[in-house]
Amino acid sequence: MAVLNVRQRRVLQQSALYVCLTLGALAMIFPLIWMFFTSFKTPWEIYDVNILPQSFQLENYQYLMKNTGFLRWLWVSSVVVVCTTISVLVFDSLVGYTLAKLEFRFKNVIFMAILATLMVPTEMLIIPWYIMSVDFGLRDTYLGIMFPGLITAFGIFLTRQFYEGVPDDLLDAARIDGLNELGVYLRIALPQVKPALSALVIFNFLGNWNAFLWPLIVAQSPRMRTIPVGISFFSNEVTTAWHLIMTASTCAIVPVLIVFVIFQKHIIKGVQLSGLKG
Amino acid sequence: MKNRIFALSLAVLMVLAFAAPSLAQVTIEYWQYYYESKVKLIDELIKVFEEQNPGIKVEHITFPYDSFNEQVAAAVAAGQGPDVLNIFYGWLPMYLKEGFLQPLPEEYFSVEEIENRFIPMVNAVKVDGRYWALPTAVRSLALFYNVDHFKEEGFDGPPATWDELLEMAIKLTRRTDRGALVRSGYGWNVTGQDWHLFREVLLRQWGVAPLSEDNRTVTMNSDPAAYEVMEWWIDWSRKYGVGEEEGRGLYRDTFLAGRASMIVDGSFGIGTISANPNLNWAVAELPVKEIGGEKANFGSFWAHAITRNATGEKLEAAAKFLEFITSDEVQRVWLERVGELPASRELAQDPELRNDPVYGPFVRGLEYSHATFFVDEQKERELIIDAVDKVLLLNAPVKDTLDQLVEDLQKVRDEYFNSL
Amino acid sequence: MLRRQKRLTLRQQQERWAFAFMGIPLLFFAFIRFYPALYAFNISLRNWSMLAAERPFVGLQNYRDIFADEVFWIALKNTFTYALVGVPLQIIIGLGIALMLYNIKRLVPFFRALYFVPYVTSVVAVAWVWRFMYQPHIGIFNRILLDLGFEQIQFLRNPDTALFSILAMIIWHGVGFQIVLFLAGLEMIPDTFYEAAQIDGANSRQIFFRITLPLLNPTIVFVVVMSSIRYLQVFSEVMNMSNEGLGGPLNSTISTVLHIYRTAFHRFDMGRASAMTVVLFVIVLVITMIQMKLVTRKFEY
Repeated sequence: MAVLNVRQRRVLQQSALYVCLTLGALAMIFPLIWMFFTSFKTPWEIYDVNILPQSFQLENYQYLMKNTGFLRWLWVSSVVVVCTTISVLVFDSLVGYTLAKLEFRFKNVIFMAILATLMVPTEMLIIPWYIMSVDFGLRDTYLGIMFPGLITAFGIFLTRQFYEGVPDDLLDAARIDGLNELGVYLRIALPQVKPALSALVIFNFLGNWNAFLWPLIVAQSPRMRTIPVGISFFSNEVTTAWHLIMTASTCAIVPVLIVFVIFQKHIIKGVQLSGLKG
Repeated sequence: MKNRIFALSLAVLMVLAFAAPSLAQVTIEYWQYYYESKVKLIDELIKVFEEQNPGIKVEHITFPYDSFNEQVAAAVAAGQGPDVLNIFYGWLPMYLKEGFLQPLPEEYFSVEEIENRFIPMVNAVKVDGRYWALPTAVRSLALFYNVDHFKEEGFDGPPATWDELLEMAIKLTRRTDRGALVRSGYGWNVTGQDWHLFREVLLRQWGVAPLSEDNRTVTMNSDPAAYEVMEWWIDWSRKYGVGEEEGRGLYRDTFLAGRASMIVDGSFGIGTISANPNLNWAVAELPVKEIGGEKANFGSFWAHAITRNATGEKLEAAAKFLEFITSDEVQRVWLERVGELPASRELAQDPELRNDPVYGPFVRGLEYSHATFFVDEQKERELIIDAVDKVLLLNAPVKDTLDQLVEDLQKVRDEYFNSL
Repeated sequence: MLRRQKRLTLRQQQERWAFAFMGIPLLFFAFIRFYPALYAFNISLRNWSMLAAERPFVGLQNYRDIFADEVFWIALKNTFTYALVGVPLQIIIGLGIALMLYNIKRLVPFFRALYFVPYVTSVVAVAWVWRFMYQPHIGIFNRILLDLGFEQIQFLRNPDTALFSILAMIIWHGVGFQIVLFLAGLEMIPDTFYEAAQIDGANSRQIFFRITLPLLNPTIVFVVVMSSIRYLQVFSEVMNMSNEGLGGPLNSTISTVLHIYRTAFHRFDMGRASAMTVVLFVIVLVITMIQMKLVTRKFEY
């Protein structure tokens, strides 16, 4: 009887969770469904009261693929995002570990200094960055678009916080076993924070994917437009081609969502810790 | 020996003479915001220009309209940027004030020649007796109306006076039982074209000149009629409920969706509106206060200006390019391809154009158009939007609001003229 | 004696490793972040219209100007409203959803993706949809209100409601950030703790407050600090949601960064914009340092 009760309670609890989550999810995606439906509309249908398009014509998608540089933008965005994400994974995680687990002078000062870089709005860094890009010939290059994001204070802070959760005993044990600091970092610490690294990949991918102002300023040739920059060309003095913006935005979600689905799998229990103090 | 030296130097001279033009390859940068038909046409025109002027190359750079200032500012700060910039005439004074532009070279553009060839409105870019830019095309306002809606109500033509317009708009407006506005009789707005309508059309027709002759003093409240017409115009929305401010460009979008029966829009809206095959629309000249009363219109234009980057050979090349893209031939092609009205006096007199059912009302409107002399178009616009919002949203009294607005606008103007 | 010496060398060793690990990143930050920030600080003492060739030194004039600028104070006030309401709400909602997602057994990737997808979508596109939903007459919210017999609400046109209407959209759009982080944080907590607690007979409330929350502390610190920094710099949502990106109606939604941006790129007044940036920087720095002190807890295993 008691066993049945526990089981019943668990079933009940699970069903309640699913009901709540489903309702919440509907509210979350409703505006996106609207966006999705709008991507099938003609320009003059857009301001109709109806959410559903008159017909699910694929004209906007065809136009996007054939008459705009969308595929090229997709390529440029992908290159930028992949390179920055790799760089961020290597450097941010290493610095985050150092700040969390190694002892050295000026540790707190360095940490606060890095953190402080998050507090200056990037909009105000555009001008000095642009002047640098001109001086170093980085305009209209991939490196020009991505250099501000190759190492991020965000990722350093994130990984530092997660390394804090890794018990010192574990690292000390490895040190006693004769591993040097690089070995401790790579073999012991890194595998412990896989969920954080996955989160970092997702955020960094996304941040660069949707970055607008800097890529717009630094890339003047049509060949070096990223997706958000390309999309901004759908708007001009007279009209904004919302039907195309919705189409392009819908398409732009797909790659990020794929990355999310792949990497969120790693946001699960990492290697179970052992050898902890009771 | 002498002969040989002579022959040799002659040969050298000849080589130099022939080589010089091709060696002296000048590249100038032309910047404009992205608008598909304009960009395509300019690309073609550049090819023609480069053929006619073998020593000159023109690099054409475009960017999104919404980030015009960002692009230019970043480039200028880094010592880069265009030699020839396509700029809205209302933004020009600000660029001019900072020394980013230079007056058009006299050898190519004498004031007299410009004033003979272009319609008078162009003098909005004349500062200190010199011209600082020239347009290829100009715009004016007109009334767009939905013919189907008019038929439905039994109206056989557009309104001739503003009173008529309001009366018709009230009839054309549709609301649900619960009072939701589902169709605006008139697509009332501030952020679209109607702030120009208020300042340059309604005020003038009510006998109030918005600015003094020398453009230095704001005189929008110089006559009690100003308060009256401002209140009445705001009442179209507030009291009679024929339409509401919805946001940038939405007056046009609602008209396109058949949710507004009339709008006042610029000639630049023609392309977008005519693209909708489901819309039965027509254009008429702007109404007047009373039949036979003063006509007024707001004219504006994008103009090509030469920046301080262009010096020496570049300046010469820039002047040649500017001469080319503002020529009557280009203006004619521009009208056909982009659908913008020519800036040349002669072309604006073309009877065929003046009687065109779509372009006609705009071209005729050009005759009585005023291009506001803005010192800072964006700031002035914000001030007017805020003033109207104060009345609409906070129920502020019209008199105080307009007086305050005039004071604020005057401050902007004083700051500008004092800094010159 | 011998042990102490060995410890010292161990520390020295660690120091060497530390700077080897951080060498390149620190150089990077010096060039790409510190130098431009100092550049902005320098400009804040100068009168520079971005179109002008000269930038004369004017001392503290820009600071005097911005403190006399009414809109700057309004923008600061709005920014604090965004942050004070937005940060706690978004964190609580994010944590709630993360806990629910953490406890389900089936369709995990599916539900996670659904909750994350708004965060993925471009602000420009979703802002348009939200503006349409807020439309006073045919917008979905008002149609529902009217159908239920309520008065319509001019969400974005009323100075009293506009900021909160934009805030709702910001929370909706941004909450995926907190969800992912809390999920990652929750997954970092070893099962052994839960098992031990269950054996001790703790109920779920006790488990949450004694195990989950304390062990989640590093994540919470990160989320609180980052969310605050982001809210204090709120920009693109306001830019895209308010009419013409002006932060209206009547400046009721303008944020500090939006005001900075407009001063820099629409007024070209880089001096004033930089001065505002410096002031905002100091504010954010102070708040962050207080938060780091207050929120950080060392968990005793």
